[in-house]
Amino acid sequence: MKDIKITITDRQGVKHEVDAPTDMNMNLMEIVRSYELAPEGTIGICGGMAMCASCQCYVLSDHELPEMSYDEDLMLSEAYNVKENSRLGCQIFIHEELDGLEVELAPEV
Amino acid sequence: MIKTDILIIGAGPTGLFAVFEAGLLKLKCHLIDALPQPGGQCSEIYPKKPIYDIPGFPEVLAGDLVNNLMKQIEPFQPGFTLGERADTIEKLDDGSFIVTTEKGTKHHAPIVAIAGGLGSFEPRKPPITNISNFEDKGVEYIIRDPELYRDKNVIISGGGDSALDWSIFLTDVAKSVTLVHRRNEFRGALDSVEKVQELKNLGKIELITPAEVIGLVGNSNLEEVVIKQGAEVFNRECDHFIPLFGLAPKLGPIADWGLEIEKNAIKVDNTLDYQTNIPGIYAIGDVNTYPGKLKLILCGFHEATLMCQSAYQRIFPDKRYVMKYTTVGGVEGFDGSKKEAPKAVIKSID
Repeated sequence: MKDIKITITDRQGVKHEVDAPTDMNMNLMEIVRSYELAPEGTIGICGGMAMCASCQCYVLSDHELPEMSYDEDLMLSEAYNVKENSRLGCQIFIHEELDGLEVELAPEV
Repeated sequence: MIKTDILIIGAGPTGLFAVFEAGLLKLKCHLIDALPQPGGQCSEIYPKKPIYDIPGFPEVLAGDLVNNLMKQIEPFQPGFTLGERADTIEKLDDGSFIVTTEKGTKHHAPIVAIAGGLGSFEPRKPPITNISNFEDKGVEYIIRDPELYRDKNVIISGGGDSALDWSIFLTDVAKSVTLVHRRNEFRGALDSVEKVQELKNLGKIELITPAEVIGLVGNSNLEEVVIKQGAEVFNRECDHFIPLFGLAPKLGPIADWGLEIEKNAIKVDNTLDYQTNIPGIYAIGDVNTYPGKLKLILCGFHEATLMCQSAYQRIFPDKRYVMKYTTVGGVEGFDGSKKEAPKAVIKSID
């Protein structure tokens, strides 16, 4: 299993290219937290259950992502600053096909 | 004034378990929580979700864990101030504290243990620029007294259970009820969704979907909301606008208590007893931070246990004590109950 590269634009607009492991069952929200790209307590508040939208991000690259679950879809229907390319980071699990993924963190609400 | 030995702020699993460990040391506890029920996130956010890393429980629903903890601490008769947020703290000359809630309830204790998790749950406010101008002048985020809406035109927005349930309830009270939601689908219990459908068919609820309230109009009180539905934008007269978008945790007033804050959490000086920079105030569970911190319920239990030992020493500096196993000492409740292991019987066999 190899690490993949992900480019994350933080809430201040700064781009970070990070290595994300594909063998630890991690999701994008956890990658952001592991690199401390958003302050603790402002991301992943519900722990990754698609129940708070604090990990909302905009997907900038055209990678094929897992289909949105019912829970994620409905959570985004109640979130703010939602765009066409909004996803919840906690629902995007890191695997090899996501190498080169580019995302931007949505503003903190 | 409510008096106790350890005043616990936050009635989540960590706060609840602290009652048990304090009880073994004959210390009484009182808990304050902004939510109307104990259990914290476990009850409020994910009561039906299984937890797999509670030692000894291969699987337990968060709601069941809370019920079990409530049963476990019952003999120690904890007091509860629920539905009130701890707002201010005052240190008295003798080193004890008075904590006052936003409703004015006062609590006095020599020890304060903050087990506040992610903070107190507060309503999420929609990003409408002038919304604060109309708060309590037509905009309410929480329904406290339904009678406020009698014979009024009410617009509710949101897609979850509270938006559905209040829409249903207010049809019998308000002059008109309009429910605005960004999707056609709702995230509530199936029977609530069906009930709203039925009331819509009867003309008792007007549904505007997929749509969103994007503006508020009024001189001093709210008079109209601006609704965006697809490309169309229109105004709708109303007396009240109630956005119900769930609750989000905020550290809140605790952040202003003079405690050291780091990473949106309360920094503790050490991991021996989880005391903060203010002697006598402890922080346990998800609310604290220290090198190596993990936000796990099981870590909260450990922190609560060590905190109680330290609190005991602080309250009784001259008393000697060693920790006793419950298997040996049993559990003596403040209610007179006593649980203990059956004693071995010595009897010869003929």
